[in-house]
Amino acid sequence: MKLTRILGVLGALLALSTAEADDRTSPVRIGLTPTFPHDQYRPLEKWRLYMERKLHRPVEFTRRDRYIETMDLLRLKRLDFAWICDYPYVHFRKQVKLLAVPVHNGRPYYQSYLIVPVGDKTTKSILDLKDKVFAYTDPYSNTGYLAPRFELQQAGADPTRYFHKTFFAWSHRRVLESVATGLADGGAISSHVWDTLSIGKPELTRAARVVAKSSDYGFAPFVAQVSVSDDKFREMQKLLLEMTEDEEGRALLKELNLDGFTVGDKRLYEHTERVIKAVGEK
Amino acid sequence: MRSLFNLSFRYKIPLWGGVLIITATLAVSTALIVQSYDDLRSDLVSSSTSLGRTLAKTLFSAMIQEDVWQAFAIIRAPLHEQSDDKLVQPEMILALDRRERVFVSSHPKSVPMLTDIRKLDGEFARLAELIVATPGPDAPIIDLAGAKRFYAAVPVAEEGARLGTLVIVYSKEVFLPRFRAGAWRGAAIGLLVLAVLLPINWYWGQRTANPLIALARSTGDVARGALLPPPPGTYPYDDELGRLFDAYGLMVKSLHEKTLLEEEMIRSERLAAIGRLSAGIAHEINNPLGGMLVALANFKRRNGDDERTGKTVAILERGLTQIRDTVSAMLVDAKVKGRNFAPHDLEDVRLLLAGEAHNEAIIIDLECGLTEPVALPATLVRQILLNLLLNALHASPASATVSCAVHIAEGQLRIQTTNAGNAITANLMNHLFEPFVSGNEEGHGLGLWVTYQIVTQLGGQIAAETRDGLTQFRVTLPVGESHA
Repeated sequence: MKLTRILGVLGALLALSTAEADDRTSPVRIGLTPTFPHDQYRPLEKWRLYMERKLHRPVEFTRRDRYIETMDLLRLKRLDFAWICDYPYVHFRKQVKLLAVPVHNGRPYYQSYLIVPVGDKTTKSILDLKDKVFAYTDPYSNTGYLAPRFELQQAGADPTRYFHKTFFAWSHRRVLESVATGLADGGAISSHVWDTLSIGKPELTRAARVVAKSSDYGFAPFVAQVSVSDDKFREMQKLLLEMTEDEEGRALLKELNLDGFTVGDKRLYEHTERVIKAVGEK
Repeated sequence: MRSLFNLSFRYKIPLWGGVLIITATLAVSTALIVQSYDDLRSDLVSSSTSLGRTLAKTLFSAMIQEDVWQAFAIIRAPLHEQSDDKLVQPEMILALDRRERVFVSSHPKSVPMLTDIRKLDGEFARLAELIVATPGPDAPIIDLAGAKRFYAAVPVAEEGARLGTLVIVYSKEVFLPRFRAGAWRGAAIGLLVLAVLLPINWYWGQRTANPLIALARSTGDVARGALLPPPPGTYPYDDELGRLFDAYGLMVKSLHEKTLLEEEMIRSERLAAIGRLSAGIAHEINNPLGGMLVALANFKRRNGDDERTGKTVAILERGLTQIRDTVSAMLVDAKVKGRNFAPHDLEDVRLLLAGEAHNEAIIIDLECGLTEPVALPATLVRQILLNLLLNALHASPASATVSCAVHIAEGQLRIQTTNAGNAITANLMNHLFEPFVSGNEEGHGLGLWVTYQIVTQLGGQIAAETRDGLTQFRVTLPVGESHA
């Protein structure tokens, strides 16, 4: 009995040490979504190498166009962390922990922009786009799907029948391209993506016009898969929060068009939750 | 037309060559242009067919999932290629649904989603009818009559079940400049070829025509009586034309010789006739003359006392003697037998002429190539030498040299005298050996006639020539058997 106990303790210690060793060599897996321009390879590769140096272990980025795929990977524990949209964060709250919230223009908030082609001089709000072609980002996007539907609902319109045709472009950037090329008569896009592209791809933003801006929503958060160890969680959180403290981190933040990261709070996303309930998507 | 064929070779050869070159170049250029059109069209057909099939395959999944963005990205991709691509760029690509409405277009601003293409314009309406009428799997280029665009319509289908149609639209306005560029290239190559070949053709024509023209001109001259061969080197090559030139030269030469021979024959015949006539007259005169002189001698012997009669008889006798001398001078008799001509005879001739030469301070240069007597009558040869040298001395200017060479060669005795006197005129040359023809005032003009008679009777030849300020007489006499 005693022996078994000792063996059990030894076994547990052994398992712990191997787990610990495994922890150092196994990569940290981070999921990236189109909530920010995730298809720019060069700056993101610099960010990944930066993370590897800070964490002293390999870091893997996994890019998926559709939010639900990233959420599935989190649920299947194939990812440790992910930068997702506030809507899936609220929607799948039980599967994730809030890790950090990006800060843009000094605040951890962003908005949904309603955009139309620059040639459209008459549209003043989403209510002028009845029976037009409208481009959404993703069915699990807040600023690119939920927010404009909430606007319509608030105005008493039925979002499912309001437009002549709608389609998902599967990223904020492609919504902008759809509107800029005239494929869609209007679209909804994250204010952060708009601002970032207006610096990086001004020819795209010049071809479109922001018609209306929604109220503030908590910024698309960095989350951890719920079973990630506390050490890993803290290390990662520390890394994000301390990016402002060194030159390289600041340069990376500048490329991401962010001021930095903050710990954040669930209360940031109360507005999102209210909207989800109002639209009845939950 | 006939006047065209009457043209000089100078123009005809380059003209025909030019016509052939231009025709050939036009044919090649036209072929190039047609080829360029065919290439372009087959380019268009193959590129649009392969593009259409590739796009339709990937478009199927996007359309069946109603993924507008994906479909848009697929049909936009080929349009982002560089415009300097060799293939003709499509103007627009449309993905149509089963009811020929636009599922997505590459140019949503002009052709938005869900537009019925029948409402776009007449061409699209006809296209829609064709798509409905022939929903076959293969759709090559559709070239509607009078249309501004080409269309390639490929079904978006799986195992024959059609989900929609992919339409690739090509503007003819893009197609035509490319065709024109190809045509211009063909035309430019043609012009370049002409620019090179026409001058070469012209040069070659001139080279071929010029000798022919020279030959024709020369032939014309011959026909008019001027027997001049074409200048040497007119055509220095050994081809057919070269051989023609050689033959022509030979022909002109032999014609010339024939003419000279004819002239010589006429002259000889004339001289022979004169010879016969004068000999006949001389004989007729000689016979009574002999009698008359004998009668006069008898008369003088019998009636020699009367002074007046004696004077008359003396006048008669002198006159008759002069007649006899003249006549006997014309009566050349080569049949005179005598000794053979020997080297010392030449010395005798020099001695005989020394006085005459001394008067005019003329040097006589005698060159004797004889070492022994030759079988020719000495009297006659001496007479020939004396006559020729006397003539030479008379013709020669003072203080000059008169030369005379006597040789034996090829069984002939050759005598050649040379003086630096006035040239013998062409007219005089024609009648040189006739009696009573003289180059100067002093002689009676029988010297050369007698010489000619002697030479002819001895079976030899005599010729005179003036060249380089020197007048030459050449005599050749066949040497017979020795008389000694």
